[in-house]
Amino acid sequence: MKELKFSADLEQMPKVLKFVGDELDRAGCTRKARIRIEIALEEIFVNIAKYAYKNRQNGDVTVRMSFPGNEASVEITFIDGGTPFNPLEKPDPDIKLPAEKREIGGLGIWLVKEYMDMVQYHHEDGHNILTIRRKIKE
Amino acid sequence: MLTINKEKTGDRLMICLGGRLDTMTAPELEAELKKELDPVKELTFDFEKLEYISSAGLRVLLSAQKVMNRQGTMKLIHVRPEVQEVFEVTGFVDILTIE
Repeated sequence: MKELKFSADLEQMPKVLKFVGDELDRAGCTRKARIRIEIALEEIFVNIAKYAYKNRQNGDVTVRMSFPGNEASVEITFIDGGTPFNPLEKPDPDIKLPAEKREIGGLGIWLVKEYMDMVQYHHEDGHNILTIRRKIKE
Repeated sequence: MLTINKEKTGDRLMICLGGRLDTMTAPELEAELKKELDPVKELTFDFEKLEYISSAGLRVLLSAQKVMNRQGTMKLIHVRPEVQEVFEVTGFVDILTIE
């Protein structure tokens, strides 16, 4: 297991991508799986950076990684101490609406749900804990 | 990293994107479109070199599509499979014209 703490700031995005990307490379993640994981990672991190610590400063987010199933999958957990928020409770966007009626909200978490094998949220000891898991060798 | 190359011929605009259209770079494209789109009747995005798109990129494409619905046409060409997949998963295949 590896973990790193980042300040919950959009500017940290490249560092988060590098931390996770290096580990995925080491574990032999395929290109196809990697792009999907990067998208999920971006959507989740951006959500935390934009909304978790609204009206507060110096918030951070811990990113924890492991490779269960003999490195067949990756599991990434995001832990922040911001406002309790379960992104999985948001209603799914209507992806059949025409452009004029489309709203962009919710598409990020929709991509996370579609691209990951498992997404799980719980709130514990004042922390939001969001875990995603996905196969990396296909 | 996002590269944006523009080619303007009369009221036609071609925008070639390369790299990543994500949270960090989407504002760059948004700013370009704000500057250029006004007189354009035919907008084409060449996505041959675009490797990655997230919801931040979708947002910019959606607002461009809404503008072009009012003043002309917009299409995307040379879309890579990994980007096409994001359009499919989000239903953007039904909003955008992809050739």
